[in-house]
Amino acid sequence: MAGDGFGGAGLRTGARGDDGMIHPKKRIAAPALAAGVAILLAACGNSNKQNSLDPKGPNAQKIDDLFIPILGVAIVIGILILGATVFMAIKFRQRDGKPDNPKQVHGHTALEIGWTIVPALILAVVAVPTVSTIWDLAERPVGPNVLKVDVVGKQWWWQFQFPKQHLVPASTQAAYSATVAKGMVTTSTELHIPVGTKVDVALHSYDVIHSFWVPELNGKKDVMPARSNHLTLEASKPGVFMGACAEYCGLSHANMRFRVIAEPMADWVKWRDKVSGGPAQPYSGEIATLTGKTYGCTNCHVFNDPKQQPYGPNLTHLADRSTFAGGTLELDSANLKRWIMNAPGEVPMQSKDCRLPPPATCVGMPSFIKNTPHGQKTMTSEDADKIVTFLMGEK
Amino acid sequence: MTTTTRAATVPAEIAPPRGILHRPKSTSGFWSWWTTVDHKKIGILYGGLALVFFLIAGIEALLIRLQLAGPNGTILTASQYNTLFTMHGTTMVFLVGMPLATAFGNYLIPLQIGARDVAFPRLNMFGFWVFAAGGAFIYSGFFLGGAPNGGWFGYTPLTSTPMTMGALPGHGPDFWAVGLVMLGIGSVTSGLNFVATILNMRAPGMTLMRMPVFVWMMLVVAFLTVFAMPAVTAALIMVFFDRNFSTNFFVAKAGGDPLLYQHLFWLFGHPEVYILILPGMGIVSETLPVFSRKPLFGRSVVIFSGIAIGFLGWGVWAHHMFATGLGPVAQTAFGLSTMLIAIPTGVKIFNWMGTVWGGSIKLSSPMLFSLGFIAMFTIGGLSGVTHSIVPADTQQTDTYYVVAHFHYVLFGGLVFAIFGGFYYWWPKVFGRLLDDRIGKVNFWLMLIGFNMTFFPMHISGLQGQPRRTYQYPANMGWDTANFIATIGAFVIALSVLVFLVNVVKTARRGEVASADPWDGRTLEWSIPSPAPEYNFAEIPEVHAADDFWHRKYTEDEEGRLVRLPAGGSDDGVQHGDGHGIHLPSPSFFPLILALGLPILGYAAVFKLPWLAVPGVIVLLFGVYAWGIEPGTAED
Repeated sequence: MAGDGFGGAGLRTGARGDDGMIHPKKRIAAPALAAGVAILLAACGNSNKQNSLDPKGPNAQKIDDLFIPILGVAIVIGILILGATVFMAIKFRQRDGKPDNPKQVHGHTALEIGWTIVPALILAVVAVPTVSTIWDLAERPVGPNVLKVDVVGKQWWWQFQFPKQHLVPASTQAAYSATVAKGMVTTSTELHIPVGTKVDVALHSYDVIHSFWVPELNGKKDVMPARSNHLTLEASKPGVFMGACAEYCGLSHANMRFRVIAEPMADWVKWRDKVSGGPAQPYSGEIATLTGKTYGCTNCHVFNDPKQQPYGPNLTHLADRSTFAGGTLELDSANLKRWIMNAPGEVPMQSKDCRLPPPATCVGMPSFIKNTPHGQKTMTSEDADKIVTFLMGEK
Repeated sequence: MTTTTRAATVPAEIAPPRGILHRPKSTSGFWSWWTTVDHKKIGILYGGLALVFFLIAGIEALLIRLQLAGPNGTILTASQYNTLFTMHGTTMVFLVGMPLATAFGNYLIPLQIGARDVAFPRLNMFGFWVFAAGGAFIYSGFFLGGAPNGGWFGYTPLTSTPMTMGALPGHGPDFWAVGLVMLGIGSVTSGLNFVATILNMRAPGMTLMRMPVFVWMMLVVAFLTVFAMPAVTAALIMVFFDRNFSTNFFVAKAGGDPLLYQHLFWLFGHPEVYILILPGMGIVSETLPVFSRKPLFGRSVVIFSGIAIGFLGWGVWAHHMFATGLGPVAQTAFGLSTMLIAIPTGVKIFNWMGTVWGGSIKLSSPMLFSLGFIAMFTIGGLSGVTHSIVPADTQQTDTYYVVAHFHYVLFGGLVFAIFGGFYYWWPKVFGRLLDDRIGKVNFWLMLIGFNMTFFPMHISGLQGQPRRTYQYPANMGWDTANFIATIGAFVIALSVLVFLVNVVKTARRGEVASADPWDGRTLEWSIPSPAPEYNFAEIPEVHAADDFWHRKYTEDEEGRLVRLPAGGSDDGVQHGDGHGIHLPSPSFFPLILALGLPILGYAAVFKLPWLAVPGVIVLLFGVYAWGIEPGTAED
């Protein structure tokens, strides 16, 4: 019989009949627990920088401090209930297959009141720190030492703008005036923040809903069209923290990643001064023609002005970044060349018609070697090399 | 069609039967299934079609798991993956979970309350055909320019942005929105039907508090369905209008608000969760007492906590939206209401355990699935409580932790209960028992596979793996959890295969069931197996909760069970032949009326006004002809 075959293979060890079925639960519990522990241990030894269980800043720490004890209580309650279920199934089973005549208990008022009140009390205890943490985290930081960033979620990459502001750490007074003079800086995919500084992130979207999430620094906050949500980021130590879009936003939602780079204030100021300055190289002559008239890159990108917010990522100082393409590719010449020539081959995009005149349907970067519309130029390898060389020099 | 002969051709001296088409006559055989109004046959139709969709959704899940077995999977494209997770969710909620519950409700409610049919038999059949038409309509998108790909939740503006603006290519969201509106019509009609049946058609003496708990839970579910579907229907129509007719309900720059959609969707969506789980709670509330040989512990408390869940379920919707920037006031309110709903849920779990405690437990397949339900649902409930910790939820939401949570509730809860229900009621429905040994293999494989699939997701979710991503990068520490989950998914598939083997194997050679194979407690076990067409030869008179049990047993002074001397040879089981019982007659019109809906649906999706004409004609013909057709044919 098929049933015996399956049973003998995986579920029963003894040759006993059906009533020997009670023990497997124990045998399953142990490996399952072991597997769980193994996964947890494995997690500690890897390079995951997107781990909500590994907070690296005060906001994420508050969440973790709240969650872990409650998780512990939940695990204990869970083990008690599961244990009691298994225990009952074993203890009260019909041993010889004959029905017993058990005592007919219809209920027990005191017990039932008890198991209504006790969970209510446990939850009341849980509610207090929960509510206080909700209000704590909702507070928006103010003051001269708060760095403001405007984050724009776009299908499928992140834009970071540093508006004119008064971030005035005493030690960097001079640098401050310099930044204000230069106005805003627009970058993408990598968000640089100073360590130990509260960063007031304002979240904007002009297409669909995204969700901004850096698990090691804070919980997530949705990026909504029509409203600006705020989130506070703060890193306690220097490091790189991975972030991702956490709300399904269409085709390449999975490829909408970013990283937060926290560095000491002095390094951050240096970075800011570099990327907010004019382009590293002159943008004229052949390269301007190639990226402009020939291939139309400038329809969506800007190469020589860090302030502007074009439709696509601002490419001024692109080589300052370590990743691109929604944080999915390392920035090197080979990757960049493949991307420039045939971006949809690297990341799925709805960009088949991007090189057509409006109102063509277009989300993302088109291929310049496939589906070239009539009258437009297919990108040559030499031209791609020239653009790559220029971009890799745009530090 | 031979049956379209006009009634006018009937000789003049006989009063012409009212109605436009000849009344279908067959009550058995293939064609009877198209026109039946027998609640039992309709229940089987619901269950059978829902199982087909269950297999389809399972195949979708396996493809998803194959893609995610390792980092940077390449089995599916991003577009295929997005379609599959959308269709898996949509199918499991609307085409599996709800219809399966309706299947059990259809078959069992009249039997458990001592009625011969539901209140509106033809409306019942209409509900089924709308479900069939709606399901086929949504799936036809695969062949007609785009299956749904905006997620089962279909957040705007992703889904509501016109196709020409490129947010989602293809007709996916159109098929999704129109199809769900259609399915909503079917759900509301069957919900109204259940309410009317339960409130009006109980046997003499069957007071509300004597009703089986399963019927109680279905009553709560029916009310939830009737009130919840309009919210999502409104939202879906707005999505369709934004997409196709340039309205601005969810267009931010025109003053619309995408967040409005989420409120409407979850105002339906959270009661929907209870629409899915309460039938499961009802099923185990029936099986646990039978297989423990003890009454349900604190019966009235179990019923009232079910009602409490039904009410509180309306006040927690925004816990799906804690990350949307509602502000701390709303976060606090919905966090606390979410905690509150854990209390009646916990009470139920403890009462079920109180039922089993001290019983005489027969570990047959239905009992194993029911105990599995308690254990798995408890895990899902506890992880649900961690979502009410709002700050923690902002880490968990939209990660695999949530995927783990709701699968523990809906698979570990509903699906385990449904399978327990299959094993329990199969003999009453088909007259043969499913094989218990195969059933145990089915259970253990499902339990192991289920935990392998979904337990690791708790961990990968907390480690930052977001949902709805067709690929994940390597070196994030998620590889092991995902690989185990993929293996587990195939173990679940194997367990379902074992179930199907059981069905096929016992169909011809299974043990023939007596009227009361489990020593049952409720009225359905007092009639022969399979249940005769007329259900009860004599409408029973009810004197207590678990009336049938009390005809068999009494308690001594210590409260121990004492078998009553069998009253003759029949153990209280009915043996009438149903002679002279008048049942509602079959009808073509539920099918015809339901067929009008997908025609209108295609007209809407493809903006073809001419196609709306036949759609409207079919609809009007169906409504009119149904309207003048008597419920029961004169014979």
